Amino acid sequence: MRKRRENVKNHEREVRVFRNRSLVAVLIIVLMAGSLLSRLFYLQVIEHDVFITRSDSNRMRVEPLPPRRGLIYDRNGKLLAENRPTYNLTIVRERVDDLDTTLQRLIDILDLPESEVDAFRARSLQRQRPYQPALLMSDLSEDQIARLAVNRYLLTGVEVEAQLMRYYPDPIVMSHVLGYVGRINTDELAELDPGNYAGTHFIGKTGVESTYEDHLHGKAGLRKVETNARGRVLRELDRDPSVPGKDIELTIDSRLQHMAYDLLDGRRGAIVAIQPKTGDILAMVSAPGFDINKFVTGISYKDYRALQDNLDLPLYNRAVRGQYPPGSTIKPFEALGALQNRVVKPNDIIYDPGYFQLPNDTRRYHNWLRWGHGRVDLERALEVSNNTYFYTMAYRLGIDRLSTIMHQFGFGEITSLDVQGASPGLMPSREWKRDKYNQVWYPGETLSAGIGQGYFMATPLQLAAATATLANHGHWVRPHLAKRVGDEAIEPPFAGTKPDVQVDQARWWQDVYRGMEAVLHGSEGTARKVGAGMQYEMAAKTGTAQVFSLGQNQKYDADELTERLRDHALFIGFAPVEDPQIAIAVIVENAGGGVSGLGRELTDAWLLPDSALEPQPGTTVNEEVESIDGD
Amino acid sequence: MAIDFQRVAPRTQRARVGRKRSLWLRLHLDPWLLAILLLLISFGLVVLYSASGMSASTTMAQAIRMGVALVGAVVIAQISPGILFRWTPVAYGAGLLMLVAVEIMGDIGMGAQRWLEIGPLRFQPSELMKIAMPMMLAAYLHRRPLPPTWRDLVVCAVIVGIPVLLIARQPDLGTSLLVTCAAVFVILLAGLSWKFILALVGMAGAAMPLLWINMHDYQRQRVLTFLNPESDPLGAGWNIIQSKTAIGSGGIEGKGWGLGTQSQLEFLPERHTDFIVAVLGEEFGLIGMTTILVLYLLLVSRGLVMANNAQDTYGRLLAGSIVLTFFIYVFVNIGMVTGILPVVGVPLPLVSYGGTSSVTLMAGFGILMSIHTHRRLLTH
Repeated sequence: MRKRRENVKNHEREVRVFRNRSLVAVLIIVLMAGSLLSRLFYLQVIEHDVFITRSDSNRMRVEPLPPRRGLIYDRNGKLLAENRPTYNLTIVRERVDDLDTTLQRLIDILDLPESEVDAFRARSLQRQRPYQPALLMSDLSEDQIARLAVNRYLLTGVEVEAQLMRYYPDPIVMSHVLGYVGRINTDELAELDPGNYAGTHFIGKTGVESTYEDHLHGKAGLRKVETNARGRVLRELDRDPSVPGKDIELTIDSRLQHMAYDLLDGRRGAIVAIQPKTGDILAMVSAPGFDINKFVTGISYKDYRALQDNLDLPLYNRAVRGQYPPGSTIKPFEALGALQNRVVKPNDIIYDPGYFQLPNDTRRYHNWLRWGHGRVDLERALEVSNNTYFYTMAYRLGIDRLSTIMHQFGFGEITSLDVQGASPGLMPSREWKRDKYNQVWYPGETLSAGIGQGYFMATPLQLAAATATLANHGHWVRPHLAKRVGDEAIEPPFAGTKPDVQVDQARWWQDVYRGMEAVLHGSEGTARKVGAGMQYEMAAKTGTAQVFSLGQNQKYDADELTERLRDHALFIGFAPVEDPQIAIAVIVENAGGGVSGLGRELTDAWLLPDSALEPQPGTTVNEEVESIDGD
Repeated sequence: MAIDFQRVAPRTQRARVGRKRSLWLRLHLDPWLLAILLLLISFGLVVLYSASGMSASTTMAQAIRMGVALVGAVVIAQISPGILFRWTPVAYGAGLLMLVAVEIMGDIGMGAQRWLEIGPLRFQPSELMKIAMPMMLAAYLHRRPLPPTWRDLVVCAVIVGIPVLLIARQPDLGTSLLVTCAAVFVILLAGLSWKFILALVGMAGAAMPLLWINMHDYQRQRVLTFLNPESDPLGAGWNIIQSKTAIGSGGIEGKGWGLGTQSQLEFLPERHTDFIVAVLGEEFGLIGMTTILVLYLLLVSRGLVMANNAQDTYGRLLAGSIVLTFFIYVFVNIGMVTGILPVVGVPLPLVSYGGTSSVTLMAGFGILMSIHTHRRLLTH
């Protein structure tokens, strides 16, 4: 019987069990339904009076209060980014009966051009929290507001909202420093805290606006409002105020920034100026700039294409992303590394016949002066920018030590604290070449690296930071754009600062400085014309970088071609030598040479009391440049 | 069905033996079930029209969706339970594979992941599991002598445990609880002894703290808010306070169709999806609520009768589980909206706006009708 019980199904019994269980289930279901009904009876009959009262007084709604975005000032308190009231068109999809009809009405009322209709419709479908207004159009004109008001009865769910909109008083010169805010897109929405961005339509996209988004944005508040039966606000009941975003004071001096932009005079290039002791970035210019105000309201497709197709690449932040062969500007850093590694003494003479040869190799690596500079020591090597001397140094150091020295000065690394989009450039090494090309390192490539050519790439920001570190006797301060965020001063020491560059003998710094001073003040200095009549001691180094080929986005244009094949001109420098106040890196694309005057112009302005920082009416900065820059 | 040689026609059916099969049986449909379903769906659409702010397009979309789901149920009813039985392991295996696929893609994509996208189709494997799970358990127990032994229970625990854990990890606590429910009903109906049941209830109680530890923050928040909605009146407690106010202010007769101030003035969140019953309660009052509850009870009663008429273990257990799980939907949803259960994302079946769960529910009713109408009427 037991065996049978295990192997055989007993149908009668199963049916009986199932029926019993079903009965129990019915009993439980009745109990559960009963509990629901008694709950409903409790709510709807016994407590009905309480809830009807609550429901009648329940004419309140919770609305988000978007915070005011923090303002941005320069180091002297000049306003660089402010908020201006504008009028926006918003739509709450949940309140609209027929979205298509409403949109078509709006398109007719606003008289939208055909080209913008699609974007307009797309915006109405943006993902949004229920009952949150979606932004359809910003910056309505008076005329449009009036026409919307007249047709308001046709447009339920559509509102004209007053809103503070970002405005940049100095949009072009400050473009690459500030970046810009733009409409929050769907990808960003997914990453954001929806509560804190309820009612906010804009977010920092690039530059300082993006780096300090969390501080600038602030904290959204809430308000409880009483509404009438149609949902219109009658009065405010309760308010949890929003916390405005923090104001930010930049390290930028807008006068110096303007001057630097004007000095570039429409050419493509970048200038970065750093205060060595503090790491303050005093000026960070990438030219040409572009109108960042256009990006706030949503740039038109045509304007955007124009910017993208522009051969001068105005959207490209050359100062922090532009990768240039640093050329001879790396020679001072290399000289210091050669001294520290004891491959040369300051007074050692290297004979330059006009070229350098590797042992057992017939190939000649030429000095820029074909017949050579003859007997060259370290100071003269920097003064005349002798290649043979530095080929020899590179050869003696080898790529490993050369790479280490350059890394100590921040090449191949991102050293800045808060500069959005900064590029690390490229400091080649054996390992890098093996990983990238699966090839061994050739000795000739060491020589190219030794004069800042070949694979070696640096950004203007890196050159300025390295120069500032050199001016500081090797002490690193991370370059940064914010001086103060709210009440909090942004001051060194910063986390993640590189270790200082150490040398065994402090006088080696002076040896390198003397060579760099000779660049401006020596009888053979490569920028001696610029150095004439200076009222302070300045150390500098010039450089040129060969342009190998056209960039991939550049079209062939016969008129442009000759100009765009010219060498890039570079300049680094700091002053005064004894107590450095400013370190500068200048790069002008295809200038051929002669940009040292720009460097001096800026140091003059920064150091001299009655300087060009307050330009006199009638005199333009450019005239002064030409009178000085005779190189 | 090899072991099943002791088949005896249940007494209730003997009366029909020899009689001609009715038209409904030949169509494989059950008129009572269909009538109640249609009444419920219609009532649901009336409420939805008001809950969606008189949106004809929303209501139309839902009507079409329910129509399609109903057609789906009719089609499924034509499939004989024998075929369902044979394909059960395939359905279960496919569901399991897809849950694993979702798990892997979720790891890549980060965060909650419930959907599987195959070309243009978006599919929620956990929905398939709601049906495939009771099918698999019923199919397993069908081959076993009942009541289930310890060994059977262990096998059942494995069949249930793996997919439930995968669904809970998505994380979709509501669905994983419902799938567990469906499975538990199969085992209970199979005649699990009361001692076991009491032991299981005790273990479940003991497992509560463990569950709490493994919950996501938002899930814990829901439980905490349920326990004390006033603690967060503008945040998570808002839903419960507003839905209770809506229902309570409805009174016995309700404020009238489309006249619920709570619903129409948008105080009530998710009012056309999970919280639609609050709109019903506000606008149709206790009378409306009682009506819909009675309709649900009628549906469940008819379902249980059909389950009891099933001729083999597989059909009986599956049908019973489908019906009881359906009632759990109703109870959990109304319980949560009236504030006696925590807020878990369970829609009100056949009434809430949304497609996925209605399709699954309707498929369940299709299976129910299939089991009921494919009975062999013994004439020899």
